Amino acid sequence: MFQKFILLCLFLSVHLSVSAQNYNLTISGQIIDKHDNSNLQGAVIAINDSNTVVYSDENGNYKLENLCPGDLILKVTHPYCEPQTKKVTLKGNSVINFRLEHHLEELNEVLLKGKLYDKNLNSSISNQIKTEELENFSNASLGDALKTLSGVSSLNTGSSIVKPIIQGLHSSRVLIINDNVRLHDQQWGEDHAPNVDINSAANVTVIKGASALKYGGDAVGGTIVIEPQKAPLKDTLMGKTILTGATNGRGGTLATSLIKANSNGFNYRIQGSLKRLGDLESPNYQLTNTGQRENNISLGIGLNKIDYGIDFSYKLTNSEIGILRAAHIGNITDLEISINRQIPNFIDDFSYSITSPKQEVTHQIFKLSTFKKLKGIGEVNLQYSFQNNDRQEFDVRRGELRDKPAMDMNLKTHTLLAQLEWTALENFDSNFGVELNAQTNLPNPDTGVRRLIPDYDMYSVGAFATTEYDLSNKWKVDAGIRYDFSAIDAEKFYFESRWEQLNYDEIFPQFETNRIENGQIFTTPNFDYHNVSGTIGATHTFANDWQLITNLSSASRAPNPSELFSDGLHHSLARIELGELQIDSEQSFKIGAELQGTVDNFGFSLQPYYNHINNFIILEPSGADTSIRGAFPVWQYRQSDSRLFGVDASASYTYRNFDLVSNLAYVNGQDLEQDLPLINMPPFNIRNALTYRKTEWNNFYISFISQLVTEQNRFSDNNFDVRIINRTTGEFEEKEVDISTPPEAYHLLDIRSGMQFEFGKKRLQINLIVNNMLNASYRSYLNALRFYADEVGTNAMLQLKLNY
Amino acid sequence: MKTIKLLSLSLLATLLFSACSDDDEAPQVINEEEEITTLNVYLTPDNDTESLTFSFTDLDGGVSEPTIVNNGLQANTSYTGRIEFLNENESPVENITDEVIAEAEEHQVFFITETGLDVTIDYLDFDDNDDPLGVEFRLVAESVSSGNLTFILIHEGNKSTPEADGETDIEVTFDVTVE
Repeated sequence: MFQKFILLCLFLSVHLSVSAQNYNLTISGQIIDKHDNSNLQGAVIAINDSNTVVYSDENGNYKLENLCPGDLILKVTHPYCEPQTKKVTLKGNSVINFRLEHHLEELNEVLLKGKLYDKNLNSSISNQIKTEELENFSNASLGDALKTLSGVSSLNTGSSIVKPIIQGLHSSRVLIINDNVRLHDQQWGEDHAPNVDINSAANVTVIKGASALKYGGDAVGGTIVIEPQKAPLKDTLMGKTILTGATNGRGGTLATSLIKANSNGFNYRIQGSLKRLGDLESPNYQLTNTGQRENNISLGIGLNKIDYGIDFSYKLTNSEIGILRAAHIGNITDLEISINRQIPNFIDDFSYSITSPKQEVTHQIFKLSTFKKLKGIGEVNLQYSFQNNDRQEFDVRRGELRDKPAMDMNLKTHTLLAQLEWTALENFDSNFGVELNAQTNLPNPDTGVRRLIPDYDMYSVGAFATTEYDLSNKWKVDAGIRYDFSAIDAEKFYFESRWEQLNYDEIFPQFETNRIENGQIFTTPNFDYHNVSGTIGATHTFANDWQLITNLSSASRAPNPSELFSDGLHHSLARIELGELQIDSEQSFKIGAELQGTVDNFGFSLQPYYNHINNFIILEPSGADTSIRGAFPVWQYRQSDSRLFGVDASASYTYRNFDLVSNLAYVNGQDLEQDLPLINMPPFNIRNALTYRKTEWNNFYISFISQLVTEQNRFSDNNFDVRIINRTTGEFEEKEVDISTPPEAYHLLDIRSGMQFEFGKKRLQINLIVNNMLNASYRSYLNALRFYADEVGTNAMLQLKLNY
Repeated sequence: MKTIKLLSLSLLATLLFSACSDDDEAPQVINEEEEITTLNVYLTPDNDTESLTFSFTDLDGGVSEPTIVNNGLQANTSYTGRIEFLNENESPVENITDEVIAEAEEHQVFFITETGLDVTIDYLDFDDNDDPLGVEFRLVAESVSSGNLTFILIHEGNKSTPEADGETDIEVTFDVTVE
């Protein structure tokens, strides 16, 4: 048998060599990169069982000559590509083109490039958090993780509701993009945390400013882009499970994800997490009713064929968050008492139960997206998403109303997004897109509490064009423009007395209807807004590889429903908040720059900025109402030209097994018309992390993280005087309620350590994380509940992470 | 390409359909259900009939001026009193006093008399833990005097502390004269 085989081979080779002398056929063609249709130079084209080898030229062309008729096998290889073989029956001169796929590793990068927000693409000033760092926050929230970046702080309501602040701005001024879907989850509320499962994120990019126009034109503060783990283009099953147990809250989080991918492009993903925490603890007392429960799941199925693809995903986040019981107060006397008492008035033993006040929020995202690469044009993307947000807030109530939410709102958003990435022109990378939105807010009337945000329908259309141009190796420039139109149609009951008090009966008689019930007038406010935003920037790379990025951007934001329509009592702050129908869009003009570079083992990044905002929307005290509950300050929305400037800086230094990373941020905000500091500006803060690594000891590392937050000395004095009854003497007293003075500076020390163990293809990582290791008791200026209780004390967490 | 066109058309249709199919019914008015709009204090002098002595009505959360009734007290007179909490924005008017009594352990009415006002008030009703409730009380007006009399309804307070450290549901002060 074996001899026969040898003979056959000999015969074949002889035959080939003989025929090569006798025939003069050719095979020619072109080798093309399947991914971007570019010509591949240097591909090796070989004929099996012969020594014939040719290379493709700079245009990707090749030519094999002196061939004889018959069967032969062509093999094409390229250093960056998957090899390809082809069986050919040669009868005459032939033209055979090959379209090669990139190697897997590079393919993944390239595939992600179009969808991932690539910070090198344009002049955005941005920072990124990678999976490894995100995993440390598996038991915390997105806002907590983002805080580790310089220039990002958080606005908290307690310790579980965490909203990111980018360079001093938050809520409606920060867009959150989860897997290419802009979150519409009632983000206007300061006590509404973004509905994102941090365990579903593979990386998060924070873009400081409005330069990411494709996501929206109203990013006065910035944009947060969250990317989930993508399925690679190979046959694999990737799994990851993280289990975290925490001493503070006596609970933890279980997060797991599984991705099944195939080399034919078909993939499916499943990811989920469960979080259970009981009451948290400050150094000196229990924080009663601060437990939380979270159930999150996301599913995806897709087909990725390099030059086209389709993907469907579904995400569900469901959380129940207890609000510190002591923060629910009845009137201004209660607030005054709380501020002076220093410890909360409700302290119970530890419990896992969550009672009123609390929030229950469910957010669902359905997304269907598809893309197609068009030869000589670029790539088109089409995406439809539907978001369903249910938010219930429970107050302390009595009787049959006890289990009824005091606020129960449903927000539905449909979005259609069409985009074209146009790469036909050399050195130009352009994007064009259109976005259509239809949104409906439906407050449930069964709450027995007047609606905080009314029924409304909102329609919006946006169109944008951006382009990036490579001037040379050293210079890149980019520019973009976006236009948004939005129309809001609301239906709202005002107390007739309030309607008249605000003079709306004279300013907006067209919104009045004849329907008046129980002293409330039914009105139909509707407004149209036109917003234009833009960006222009340049990136320069120096000879020493330092980089200077400059960017000028302008964002234009239409007022949100809360700013227009708020009308009611805000319990934890004991104030009546009133929207203002006359509010118009605010427009920012921001100039930002970044200088980054390295010198030997030292790396740095400096990001200064100046942000001027016309008609900045501010909520501030405007007077007081006396109700049967007692006196309440009234806060109203107002517009004022304002400016923010500041600098974010980071530096890193590596010496042998040690590395030191430092971040600092300073922001200075000023209301220019009143010449007063803006409220809630993050105080100056510095974060230093010193890490020791020893790869030989199972990738051992230990980090000491020190965080210093100074006292905010620039704040607006919103203190007010009230006449309240002294509950001992029964006399009225004039009292100043100090709601403005920021708390003192504080310093926190965290420690993290971990090791990694490999078992075949499985990898186990064990981490120990201790937050607030010195059990410091402190209060944060940026926590709405700072009047009621200290922040949480030491929290030790043990984390097991298994990759399989 | 054709598939993409079809897909986009169907998506657009879905979008339009769902955007338009939302109910176009006008929303219904909400009356604050648990809100207390009215505090009534009825006093009965010994050997006489009951009368409404103090009343405070605030229908819109303090936007417009409240309606106040404030009849004086008679010197050297002992009254039995009762307090009534109403929500007059509901129809029929909801009597919240019943709920307060039903959840007596979570509620307590406090009576704060200014030092100069010669009036003493004692609790007549108690919850299951024998802690005071204060919906019913005895008020004794002594010598001729005047000053503030404040009624405070505390919810979910700690009744073992003198001020019941809780959440204020109602706080109304009357400038009372004893004649």
